[in-house]
Parts: sequence; structure tokens; C-alpha cells
Amino acid sequence: MKNMEKYKMGEKVLMKGNEALAEGAVRAGCRFFAGYPITPQNEIPEYLSWRIFEVGGTFIQSESEIAAINMIFGVAACGVRGMTSSSGCGISLKQEGISYIASAELPFFYANIIRGGPGLGNIAPAQSDYFQATRGGGHGDYRVIVLAPNSVTEMGNFPKLAYDLADKYRNPCMVLADGLLGQMMEPMEFNFDWVDPDKLPPKDYIVTGCKGRPRRIINTLHMIPSILEKHNWHLYEKYQRIEENEVRFEGCNLEDAEIVIVAYGTSARISTEAVIKGRKKGIKVGLFRPITLWPFPKKAINELADRVKKLLVVEMNMGQMVEDVEIAVSGKSAIHFLGRPGGSLPTGDEVLDKVEEILSKPASPERERGK
Amino acid sequence: MGRIYKKPVSMTKIAMRYCPGCGHSIAHRLIAEVIDELDIRERAVGIAPVGCSVFLDEYMDCDMIQVPHGRGCASATGMKRVRPDLIVFSYQGDGDLAAIGTAETIHAATRSENFTVIFINNAIYGMTGGQQAPTTMPGQKTTTNPYGREVKVHGYPIKVCEMLSALDGPIYLERVAVNNVPNVLKAKRAIKKAFQIQLDGLGFTLVEILSPCPTGWGVIPKKACEYVDEKMSKYYPLGVYKDLTKKK
Amino acid sequence: MRQEVIIAGFGGQGVIKAGVLLATSAMNEGKHCTHFPSYGAEMRGGTANCSVIISTDEIASPVVTEPDTVIAMNEPSLDKFEPRLKKGGLLIYNSSLISRKPKRNDIEVLAVPANEIAEKLGTVKCANMAVVGAYISKTKAIALESIKSSLPTVFYKLKQDFININKNALDKGSTYAQK
Repeated sequence: MKNMEKYKMGEKVLMKGNEALAEGAVRAGCRFFAGYPITPQNEIPEYLSWRIFEVGGTFIQSESEIAAINMIFGVAACGVRGMTSSSGCGISLKQEGISYIASAELPFFYANIIRGGPGLGNIAPAQSDYFQATRGGGHGDYRVIVLAPNSVTEMGNFPKLAYDLADKYRNPCMVLADGLLGQMMEPMEFNFDWVDPDKLPPKDYIVTGCKGRPRRIINTLHMIPSILEKHNWHLYEKYQRIEENEVRFEGCNLEDAEIVIVAYGTSARISTEAVIKGRKKGIKVGLFRPITLWPFPKKAINELADRVKKLLVVEMNMGQMVEDVEIAVSGKSAIHFLGRPGGSLPTGDEVLDKVEEILSKPASPERERGK
Repeated sequence: MGRIYKKPVSMTKIAMRYCPGCGHSIAHRLIAEVIDELDIRERAVGIAPVGCSVFLDEYMDCDMIQVPHGRGCASATGMKRVRPDLIVFSYQGDGDLAAIGTAETIHAATRSENFTVIFINNAIYGMTGGQQAPTTMPGQKTTTNPYGREVKVHGYPIKVCEMLSALDGPIYLERVAVNNVPNVLKAKRAIKKAFQIQLDGLGFTLVEILSPCPTGWGVIPKKACEYVDEKMSKYYPLGVYKDLTKKK
Repeated sequence: MRQEVIIAGFGGQGVIKAGVLLATSAMNEGKHCTHFPSYGAEMRGGTANCSVIISTDEIASPVVTEPDTVIAMNEPSLDKFEPRLKKGGLLIYNSSLISRKPKRNDIEVLAVPANEIAEKLGTVKCANMAVVGAYISKTKAIALESIKSSLPTVFYKLKQDFININKNALDKGSTYAQK
């Protein structure tokens, strides 16, 4: 994949998800990457190890995940668009730094190309890090903005969105994908033009040497509880603003749906197949796809539950987003769940079978556990 | 009459809250004096660690960032790589640099990242209440070595300058002390040299400072200063461990 | 039109690249396509495989469970993927390396001596192109010319000589399938 320069906005190019993400980050102004190899995200550092130098940036294969995130802390503190990426266990290691950066209110972008867990798990695609991503992930009260792409095109375009949201709210923003989205290739096109990092708006909170101004301190230690409480309420207000303004989702065949599948990322793609096949059979099935996992589209799902009485949540885990759907629905509709943990993928037929099974029974207010 | 002693410009007016006899305040002042003398305050960014000197950012009148425990060398790496014009120093204690942050330290050194590390070795964990440090000496009592450090149980201390001198990356490594006037003057010379090397763009520099901790050691300040000479500098000999400035 | 194909073989036989070539050519023809490789530990020494979908409609899931075509470059791949082939599907196998006959009788079978074809052209490395040639000749999923014109993009590191050898291998495979 050399000579990426020649591909212009809107032009189709066959790319691997991980490489599209890396190229998208470079085009969005990323000029520093640090990371540690872990499957299934290795194409990101491999790609950036040559690509980022072409645009005058720097790449470091760090000694550890922890070192990588703390390099990014320094980079973000200097006002440069930095990036790191990893998978599952590696993101766990980075959580310390992510918590600090969230508290220091510095913008940066990172990606978790999820593999099967817990523990070392395996390298197959999974969605088992939903809780970790949407609850902040590390210690303390904080949130990160979580974007869930479901195509290589979105893998390539979300880094720009992530950096813009990160800058806008001075908050970490992540892409949560999985081994399938990272490894698959399909034609993709960038929907944005090159970002010149030198032309981004100046930041008045970064450390650049105190020439001509009072010194700046980036600090996450607030020993006096009342001061930390004030800081946390300030973060809370920011998170409220994000929840109000940045919810993103997509619907398909919702208008007349008797049952709606709620799924994101790879499981949404697989569920789309079930929707297409189901519609051909005359089944009124639709798909609701959250694009931001945090902020979660609570309001939209709540409104959906006013008219759709059966929801099926499909995830590649034991049931994580389903809890957010339950909160959003507030008991208004029956929630069913189809989960495949451990790096296994459901098939479109499997999802459709479940849809037909649910439709054949009366709506029950209890969520069904298990497959 | 001319003023011969004053507060460095690179220090704030905030009174330091260190214990009487602690070496941190002397080390802070030496860094501030060096920054003044090299006229780099407006280009400097300091990194405060976790430990007693976590409040370094209050005392230095330059841009400062406080980073997670042990990660100073990683954050400094990121900063210097994207803003090579900055003068970056990472101030770290023994637990920070030689226990939880050992990997970050060694790898920044071996990459010869162009920043300066000021490493405070007081052979104990001060802030958390006097527990064993990676530099606690055999037989030395701490709150987690009530009978003295037993090497069969806890292993041997890490000699940071000796260890790093085995690497090809570091440009300048020196161990100094701040327990008496001649040593303080030598320490300042070492810090100044390290910053100058960074200004010249040569690479990784580290100054290890043997620093008294009367509270952690359970002795009066005068005894603590003597202890540095009698015990610490026997185990951790002072001197230059690496200096590649002449070769480069 | 929709074709789901799994290409499988040893690591090093170029099965992933063969899949990328199919997908690139499909894209250049204005078709929709996806390519999903096996990855990680499997890549080293074991069997490697990729799933390619070529379609005139948008593709929802890139996961292939019941392929229309299986291309098996070695025996372990035949063992693994023959049972998954759709009823009436096409099995292309590398008869240079696979001595046993396929077990199923509800499928179409094409034996291609891919290594022999490739060796006659000077390098066994283009065996993957021989089976690609056979595949498109049988299924007409993509035009041979589209495949040829996509070669320089996919094999951007290769010199023109080797691109030409690959073209020859595509031709030979294609002709072989017509016999």
C-alpha cells in the first residue's frame, strides 16, 4: 500500500480496516504514534512506521503499552495530534494513562481492535471490551467518547471525527472496532480532505514553554476534596454536553418494524444480512445501529421502544450493550439477546432464526439470557 | 551593596513543604539556578513525578506537567519527539524511576532520548511513609523491612548509574549528593552539564542525587547528612559513570 | 451476481494475495467486494485462507460460511473446506500437491496442476495465479483483463518481468479450465 498520497477524497481504494484507520489518522493530522505489537491490530503500527515519516511525524515502537500511552500524554500536553492503538489486554494496560489524560482534559485518539477475552483470550474478533470502553475503562470518574465503525470506510474516516471531537471537548476519543473490521478489506473512500496540523486552532492549555505568558501546569493531583469535587463536576458538565450533542446512530427499515435488532460494529454488519434476508421473507425486521457507544443513543432507543415491542440485541460477547439498551428502554419493550462470546461470530442466518423464534412467541417483559 | 544570594527566577514564591533536612528542596533550587543561568526558563517543561516531589509543579516557575508514577521518561519522550525545541527535564524519585518506571527509564536511555533526568535516590519511599525502595540498602530498616533489608527475601538494590552505563544510549551519567556544601556545588555542575548536553542535542542525560531523608530514615537532619557520606556513598559511589560528550 | 469464495493453502502459497487480487479487480469493475483473511498464528507455517465476496449488490457481512467456490492449494485446506462448500458449488484444487480425490459427489470439481503450470513458467510462486485464472474462467465472476490490469496495484513491489509471468500463469490457468 505505498503511494497513498495519490488517493484523493472520494476516490475508491481497496484497504484493510487497520490500514484505513492508520491512513485516516495521518490525513486527520496525526503526527506521532507510539504502540506495542499485539494481534489483531499490528497493521496499524506497521503502516504508520513508514507512513508517518512521509508527513514529517514520528513513530516509536514503545517498550510497553504503558510507555506508549504516557508518550501520548506528553504529546497531547504539547498540543500535537498523537495516537496509540492496541487490542483488549493492551488497552487494559493503557487505562492508567487514559485516566490521567481524561482528568488533565487533553485531546487524543486511540483505537481498540478487540480480540477475544478475558485473559490472553484469542486473536479472533470480539466485542467483549464494550464495558471497558463505555465506562471510561480506568480508575476514577470519567468517560471517553467511543466511536464504533462498521466498515472499512468508517475505519478510515472516524479518526478525523475522533480528533475533532477530542479537540472540541478536550477529551480522549476512541475507535472501538474488532479483528474482523481491522483485518477485512473492502473498497473505501475518505470523506474529508487533508488536515494540516499547523493550521488547527491554537490551544491555550498546552505546555510549550512559558515565553510571554504565565507558566501553565498540567496536573491531575487535587489533594483537597472540595477542589477535586469541583473538577469532577466540571467534567460531569462536559460529559452532559457531549451526551446532548454528540449521539450518533443509524437506522434501517425501522418504519414498519415489528422487531428491531440493536447491534454495532461487526455484529451490526452481520445483522444487516439478517435484515435483508428477513425482509425478503416478508418479516418486518429493522436494525438500529449505535455509532457512538458513549454517548449511548438512549433517547432514540427509548422512543423506538414506544412503538416496537420486541428488540433483539446482538453482540459478540456475553451481553454488555444489552444493559444500556435495558436502561434506555425502561421496561417499555421486551429485550432479547443473542450473544457469541470468545471470538466466535454469529451468522446472518443465526440472527434471522432468532428473530423468527422471537416473533413466534408472545412478547415477554423479561430479557432472555444466553444464546 | 550588591545582592549575592537571591531566589532564582525559575522558582515560585510558594514555600516548600518538605521536611526539615530533606534533599528535595536543595535539588529543586539547583535546577532552578541552572535554568536561570542557561536562560532556558521560557523553553523549559518540567515533569513532576509521583512521590514527595509530586508538588514540584508548584515550586518551579516554568511550564510543568505531572505524570503517572514511573512514566516521566515516557512522557518526556513524547514531548521531545514532537517539540524538540523544548528543554524537558523529568524529576523522579527512586521508586518512580527504578521500580515502577524501570522499563521507561531504561528504554528512554537506550533510545538516547534528548532530555534530562534528575533522579533523587534517598533509599526509601518518603511520601507513603518510609517503605522499602528499590535502592534501600542491605540491612537498612524501613517500614516494610522492620528487621532491615534481607537480600535473600527482597534481593539487592538497583544501582541505577551502573546499570544504565552498560547501555550504548546514555550520553552522560553522574552520581552526586546534596548532603554538604562541596557536594551541592558538584551537584549543580553536574545538573548544568546535563542540561547543556540537552541544549546541544546530544541525547540522554541522567544525574543521580543521593539525598537525605531524615524523616524516612528516622534520624535528625545532621545525622542524615552524615549517613549519606558514611553509608550511602559507600554503597553508591559518587562520580561520573558515563560521559560521551568528548567523543561526540 | 454474487460469488463467495474461500482460497486456502500453506502460508507462502500466496492465497491471501490471490484474494486481494480478486477483490481489487472486482472493485475496478465497479462491483462490491470484501476480503477477510485468516490472521495471526495461523499465518506461520500452518494453513492460511481468505474469504472473498464479489457482488453486484452491497455486501452486509464479509463472513463466508457456505462458499460458492473453494480453492484448495494443499491437502489440509481440502480437508478443511471441502465439507463447507455449498451444494452444487465449485471446488478447484491444486492437483500438483493433493493426491487424494475430493469426497463429495454433489459438487463440481476442477483439478488444476497449479505448481506444474507455474514451474513451467519459471517460478512456483505464480501457482496462485494459475488457480485464479481457472476460477474466473469457470465462474466469469471477473473478466480476465480486469485481473491483469489490477496486477501492478496488488503486486506493487514486483518488477515488470514477474508481472508478465503472473499474466502468463493467469492465461494458462484460464485455458486449462476450459479443457
